[in-house]
Amino acid sequence: MPVEITQRDYSLIGRDTRLAEERGLANAEWYSCKISRQHLKELMQRRDGPAIRDTLIWAALLIISGTLGYLTWGTWWTVPCFIVYGVVYGSSSDSRWHEAGHRTAFKTVWMDDALYEIASFMVFRESVPWRWSHTRHHTDTIIVGRDPEIAVPRPPDLLALALSFFSLQRVPKEFGKMVRHCFGRLAPAEETYIPHEERHKVYRNARIYILIYAAAITWAIVIHSILPLMYIGLPVIYGAWLMIIFGLTQHAGLAEDVLDHRLNCRTVYMNPIFRFLYWEMNYHVEHHMFPMVPYHALGKLHQELKADMPKPYNGLWEAYREIIPTTLRQVKEPTYFVRRQLPATAQPVAALEPA
Amino acid sequence: MTDPWIEVCATGDIEKEDLIRFDLDARTFAIYRTADDRYYATDGLCTHAEVHLAGGFVMDHIIECPKHNGRFDFTTGRAQGAPACVDLRTYPVKVEAGKVFLNPGLPGD
Repeated sequence: MPVEITQRDYSLIGRDTRLAEERGLANAEWYSCKISRQHLKELMQRRDGPAIRDTLIWAALLIISGTLGYLTWGTWWTVPCFIVYGVVYGSSSDSRWHEAGHRTAFKTVWMDDALYEIASFMVFRESVPWRWSHTRHHTDTIIVGRDPEIAVPRPPDLLALALSFFSLQRVPKEFGKMVRHCFGRLAPAEETYIPHEERHKVYRNARIYILIYAAAITWAIVIHSILPLMYIGLPVIYGAWLMIIFGLTQHAGLAEDVLDHRLNCRTVYMNPIFRFLYWEMNYHVEHHMFPMVPYHALGKLHQELKADMPKPYNGLWEAYREIIPTTLRQVKEPTYFVRRQLPATAQPVAALEPA
Repeated sequence: MTDPWIEVCATGDIEKEDLIRFDLDARTFAIYRTADDRYYATDGLCTHAEVHLAGGFVMDHIIECPKHNGRFDFTTGRAQGAPACVDLRTYPVKVEAGKVFLNPGLPGD
């Protein structure tokens, strides 16, 4: 019997959660492009070198821009310094959080875990809940009622979207969760994906985060200056915009409730600077299909799988020429989405069609 | 008494530092070969999301799940941290005359 969809319920404990389970969309088997085991093994090889190099450059950018910001504080020269600092801190920490969270950035596990904890703090995401949230995102990518990381639910809330460029809704929401976790409580949705044995870590880390922010705020009050908060806290707001520009290209406007990443993820070609800041997450279809392949091998994986993939977007401009009109149209027509076209060389899409 | 050992494959059927999936009735196993030609066996599904480990990646004595990157030490079955929190069950393996044999034990063992 066809399911009549009106307003979708994007919560993880609502009507669409039940529908997703009934339709076999929860924890389902996904399409995977064919690739030889031998070649995949080569691509999956972990290395410390690229991530150590990139992390040193990343840290150097933070230190140099932060120092120049301090030295020029009180002049207009401080503005470009903190623009750079903000983007590195508040935007590119997202990709570091992401790659280290998968433990694919480095070969050495403690390096991944250390970067993950630091980047989680920087991007204002509690490390434990967000690891589990992202795990669910990979299990049930853009499955309504299952995926906690659907950035643009339909119909899109344009005001929320605009505010997201400066995290103006996300930060209060995450702060509320942090406070709740400090008191040893989870939200009902979090209880669906954070196992019991991990919950004490959630509460412990939330208390550490709050203490660090309290120290930064106290320092700012004592010296009568917002300068300390320009380094810790505020970059999450003034530096978030590039994270959103990159992040929206991943799934916005594409199909919901399909079991084929070729239909609900975008691969977007980017210049080397953007790929450094985004740590190659522009190869997003490839990442979702083979999350074991480290960021530095995604370009090669892309070349390998191209014939079985939709045409990639030639830059952010081309991606946004699709995303913006689609998002605007979805405000009035929430069932509309972009149907990705597969080339003649590609394997056909599995039978399940989006609702 | 029934021989508890089940023939899985020839030793050369598993690449070095790799694994294969082995199904036996309703059960599924992962059979591993290390770089120095030692063989191991565990349950075939990740304890986190029940994904077949056979598509995963072997690094030394670690198997990484292909779906969520959960890791296990396949020599002991021990989970190596989130999202892998529950250990894998391991099974005895032996090599005789160029063949790999598995002792799957009894369900619930």
